Amino acid sequence: MEAIFAFCVGLMTACGLFLTLRGRTFPVVVGITLLSYAVNLFLFSSGRLLINGATILGQSDQYADPLPQALVLTAIVIGFAMTAFVVILAIRARSDLGNDHVDGRNPPGAGLPSDRLKEKN
Amino acid sequence: MQHWAVLPILIPLLAGTLMLLPPLAGTIRRQRIASLVSLALMLVGALVLFRLSTQATQLYVLGDWQPPFGILLVADRLSSLLVLLTTVLAIGAVLYSLAGDDNRGKYFHSLMMYQLMGVNGAFLTGDIFNLFVFFEVLLIASYALLIHGGGKQKTQANVHYIVLNLIGSAFFLFALGMLYGTLGTLNMAQMSTRIAGLTPGASILAEAGALLLLVVFGLKAAMMPLHFWLPKAYASASAPVAAMFAIMTKVGIYSIFRVHTVVFGEQAGDLAYIAIPWIWPMALLTLVIGAVGVLAAPTLRTLVANLILISAGTLLVAVVLLNTQAVIGGLYYLVHTTLVTGALFLLADVIAQQRGQASDRFVVSRPMKQAPMLGLLFFIGAVTVAGLPPLSGFVGKALLLQAAETATEMGWVWSTILLSSLAVIIALSRAGTNLFWHVSGNKTGTDNAQPIQLIAIAFLLLASPALVIFGGPATDFAEAAALQMQQMYPEVQTLMAEGQP
Repeated sequence: MEAIFAFCVGLMTACGLFLTLRGRTFPVVVGITLLSYAVNLFLFSSGRLLINGATILGQSDQYADPLPQALVLTAIVIGFAMTAFVVILAIRARSDLGNDHVDGRNPPGAGLPSDRLKEKN
Repeated sequence: MQHWAVLPILIPLLAGTLMLLPPLAGTIRRQRIASLVSLALMLVGALVLFRLSTQATQLYVLGDWQPPFGILLVADRLSSLLVLLTTVLAIGAVLYSLAGDDNRGKYFHSLMMYQLMGVNGAFLTGDIFNLFVFFEVLLIASYALLIHGGGKQKTQANVHYIVLNLIGSAFFLFALGMLYGTLGTLNMAQMSTRIAGLTPGASILAEAGALLLLVVFGLKAAMMPLHFWLPKAYASASAPVAAMFAIMTKVGIYSIFRVHTVVFGEQAGDLAYIAIPWIWPMALLTLVIGAVGVLAAPTLRTLVANLILISAGTLLVAVVLLNTQAVIGGLYYLVHTTLVTGALFLLADVIAQQRGQASDRFVVSRPMKQAPMLGLLFFIGAVTVAGLPPLSGFVGKALLLQAAETATEMGWVWSTILLSSLAVIIALSRAGTNLFWHVSGNKTGTDNAQPIQLIAIAFLLLASPALVIFGGPATDFAEAAALQMQQMYPEVQTLMAEGQP
């Protein structure tokens, strides 16, 4: 279980980091979302992985650590708000700056093929 | 238990929320009054807390959930000093914004209050996950403040700022997961006692967590390879917001102070001072990059933003020197640099308004209407920030250089700090010459600066002579704060010892 869990979190983090390094705001937002998923799962594992563990006294023989679950809840709420904000900002940047590049301007020659055709004509 | 320690968080939270609701939400005038009233209350609260903390560290157990499980606020000397500093800076920024900057978009005063809540909370908390939460509070308020008023430049700078900080937040959580997984606690006082007892396997994870935290705090503090967002963001923000942001890099530096020299301090066994060798070159390189940036700046605002980089570098040097003298110098310098760079951001805005189309670019333009007055303020600010006697910048830098005398790295520290100061002097004198003397014609604009703007600038600049006049008490206080900080929260340890069955 630990190996699969670690592999999944690692893969998701790698994908998230790769996407945040892209040049357009959409993949960057998706990358940030993936990163925050990975982080939430990772925080769960900081209380050790356990099947059928209760977090309330007197409910079970085995107990899971309740604190990481509270932390994950906080992290999910904050991550959700931040993602909502960055989506709105990305839309705003698209309309203010006229393109969706994170630098606010298209690098030369990096536009869509149709744009390049327009520039030529 | 006294409630003073929680007031710097509660007052702005309540005031900011009330300003969103009907009787206050409608008119800017009521919001301004509410904002000033709550700032006055916060100033009183911060002063009382400051006085109390000199007698004994104020502990506040939120909801009476005893530590290590509950969240604890710790107002020791350092924390309450920084809360007071934040409040004073905010008063300057808000006074300046009354001239009209607060009316360019909605909810300026609310956002400012939430920003204050986040900064104060980050300074006061004794729980590292709570530190993350307050970081997010101050960040989300700063995202909205940065873009307040709108405009292309702001949007562009804000995209970088937000994306970087969101990735930083993810790293923060990874680091906290690792530290909690190995140490089993998030209370900073308890963490510090448990680090030395880690098994070798867990120790590596804790080391990775500590270094990830350095990345996060370094991003906030604008440490060298993580500083690229800063000049653009600060130069494009509106003046009162930029002035308020002068405290934000200090939040990062304060966190490095707390975590990397106290929690991972000398009692931490193998992991003692684990991040210090990494910070050394970064601190010096931040100073170099800041100096280059100051010399290359095309506008006054960019110049001041690069001054923030230099002050971050200087403060990082104070952190890594690891002796009490350096911490004293660092604290003195921190108070001075925050207030003076804040004032310079405000001054740059007034200058830009009076130069018409030329704005604050270093080009020939029409003369300013109030040139003598603004010139005097600029001169005082420049002398202070460059570190020339007799004002506070000189005292701060002299204390730091003195502290570096015994260190083996003395040559590096002295040469970098002195050369960067030289760069600042050259850049500021060039800027002053360009702005005030390279004028075409003698027709000035018609608008005077509003009195409230000049009052706000003078109020912040006044800190500098005050710090010199009260230099003795100030350094005594800094010394007591430095010694107290290195003792690892003794009051918290006794509180936890009593609470345990």
